Amino acid sequence: MENLIEIKAVRHSYRTASGPLPVLDGLEMSVPEGGFVAVVGPSGCGKSTLTRLVAGLLIPDHGEVYVHGTRITAPRSNVGMAFQNPVLLEWRTILQNVLLPLEIVPSKLSKAEGEERARRLLALVGLEGFENKRPSELSGGMKQRASLCRALIHSPEVLILDEPFGALDAFTREDLWQIMHRVKAEEPFTGVLITHDLRESIFLADQVVVLSGRPAKTQFVLDVPDTGPRTLDHLYTPEAAAMLNTLRHQIEIAQGRVPAGAAA
Amino acid sequence: MTGRQVYVPVLAVIVFLALWEALVWVMGWPNYKMASPSDLIPAYQKYWELFLVMGWQTLWRTVVGLLLAVVFGIALGMIMGFSRVMRDALYPLLVGFNAVPKATVVPIVALMFVGAHDFNTVLIAFMISFFPIAVSVSIGLSTLEPEYRDILRSLGASQATIFWKIALPKTLPEFFGALKVAVTLAFIGTNLMEIVSPHGRGLGALFDSGKTNSDYPLMFAVLIALAFLGIVLYYVVVALERIFAGWADRTA
Ligand SMILES: Nc1ncnc2c1ncn2[C@@H]1O[C@H](COP(=O)(O)OP(=O)(O)OP(=O)(O)O)[C@@H](O)[C@H]1O
Ligand SMILES: [Mg+2]
Repeated sequence: MENLIEIKAVRHSYRTASGPLPVLDGLEMSVPEGGFVAVVGPSGCGKSTLTRLVAGLLIPDHGEVYVHGTRITAPRSNVGMAFQNPVLLEWRTILQNVLLPLEIVPSKLSKAEGEERARRLLALVGLEGFENKRPSELSGGMKQRASLCRALIHSPEVLILDEPFGALDAFTREDLWQIMHRVKAEEPFTGVLITHDLRESIFLADQVVVLSGRPAKTQFVLDVPDTGPRTLDHLYTPEAAAMLNTLRHQIEIAQGRVPAGAAA
Repeated sequence: MTGRQVYVPVLAVIVFLALWEALVWVMGWPNYKMASPSDLIPAYQKYWELFLVMGWQTLWRTVVGLLLAVVFGIALGMIMGFSRVMRDALYPLLVGFNAVPKATVVPIVALMFVGAHDFNTVLIAFMISFFPIAVSVSIGLSTLEPEYRDILRSLGASQATIFWKIALPKTLPEFFGALKVAVTLAFIGTNLMEIVSPHGRGLGALFDSGKTNSDYPLMFAVLIALAFLGIVLYYVVVALERIFAGWADRTA
C-alpha cells in the first residue's frame, strides 16, 4: 500500500438518546506519504469524527482505516493532533507543554535532545523567547503555534489539524498559513487538515476533499496543482478563483441548497 | 506575602475587637450577657494550660478528620467523575446523606461507639467535610474538555496517565476551593461532638464546662480560640493552594 492513510468504505453512527445517529456513510479517502489533504464540508457533517477515526480514538462500525498499512483498532502513538481549542496545560510553561508527548511516547531522544528539538520547533513558528512563559501570557495565535509544536515534537507520521485556525482573526490566520508552509519544509509530515475556510484549504493542501452533508460521504475531490512555493498572492490568481468557485459550488450541493446537476 | 497582606487583616481584627469592646461598654451589658474582649484576657490567663491542651486535641482531631475526608472525597470524586453510571447512582445518596443535619447524627454516633471519644470526633469531622471535596473533584473530572483527553489518548496514554498528567492538576483549583469550605465544616463537626458527648475533650468540652459553671468569659474565650484555630487552618490551606495551584491565580 503506497498511501500512508487509507480510509475505505467507512460507515459510523453515534449512539444517542434518540437512537443511532449516522454520521459517516461511504467515506473514502487516501493520503500519500508527505501529502497534505484538506477536508471541507457542511457544519456537523462528521469532519471531527473523521479525525478521531484516523487517530484511533474511535473505531468505525464498518469499513477500515489504515495508517502505514496497519489497520487502526486503537490509538497508536504515531499521530499528532491540534484543535481549534489549543488545550495547553496552564500549569506548565510553553516549553513543558511542547514536551508533553515525549513523556508518553517512547522516544529515541534523550531529555536534552528533546528539549533542544522543542526549542527549535518553537523558534521555527516564531515563539523564540516564550519558552518559559505560561499559556495565559500568550495571545490566541501564539497558543495555537505552541499547540502545533506540541503536535510535532514526537515526529508523528500523521499530523491531524481540526480547524486549528478557526478561532483566529484573518490576519493572524494568514500569518499562520505561511508558518505552516515553513514548518512543512523543515519538518515534513503527512497531514489531514479540517477547515471551514476554502482559501485556507487551497493555500495549504495539495488535495481538497469535500464531504457531503450528514451522513457524510466523499462527494468531491479537488487536486491543487503544484506550482512551486505558494504565496498569498496565489490566492488572487484566476486559477485560484476557479478552484474556489468549484469548491463553493460543491459545498452548496453538500448543504443541499442546489441539486448536484446544477454544479458549474 | 507583602507587608500589606499582613497588616491589613491584623488591623481589621484590632478594629473589630475595639468595636466589640465599645459596644459592650456603651450598652452596659453584664458579662453573662455578652463578655467583652477585656474580660477574655483573665480567662486566658487563668486557663492557658487547658487552652493549649484542649486546643491541640481539637486541632489534631479536626486535621485527621479532614485528611480522611480528602482521601475519601478524592476517591469518591474520581469514581463519580469517570463513570456516568456511578455518578447517577451515588449522587442522590450523597445529597441525602449531606442533607441530614449532623447535629442529629452526633448523639447516634456517640452512642454507637461509646467511649471511643477520639474516634467519634474524627468520624463526625470527616462525615461533615467530605461532601464538598467529593463533589468538586467529580465535577472537575467530568467537565474536562474532551480535547484534553484526546491529546493524550491519541498518544496511547493510559487512563491513569491522563488522570495524573491532566485531570488531577486541572481539578486542583476547584479542589482547594472545596477544601477551604471543608476546613470550616470539619471544625463544626469536631466541636459538635466535643460539646455533646459526656466528659469530652477539646475546646468544645471546655466550652461546655464554662456553661456548666456559668463562666461566661470562658465561653467567649473558647469561641475566639476556635475562630483563631479556624483561621490558622484556613491559611494553611491557602498556602498549600499557592504552592500547588498558584498557576490558576490570574490577579497578578
Ligand atoms: N460523542 C458523540 N455522541 C453523539 N453524537 C455525536 C458525538 N460526537 C459528535 N456527534 C454528532 O455527530 C455529528 C458530527 O459531529 P462532528 O463533530 O464529527 O462534526 P464536524 O463536521 O466536525 O462539525 P463542525 O464543522 O461543527 O466541527 C454532529 O451532528 C454531532 O452532533
Ligand atoms: Mg468539528
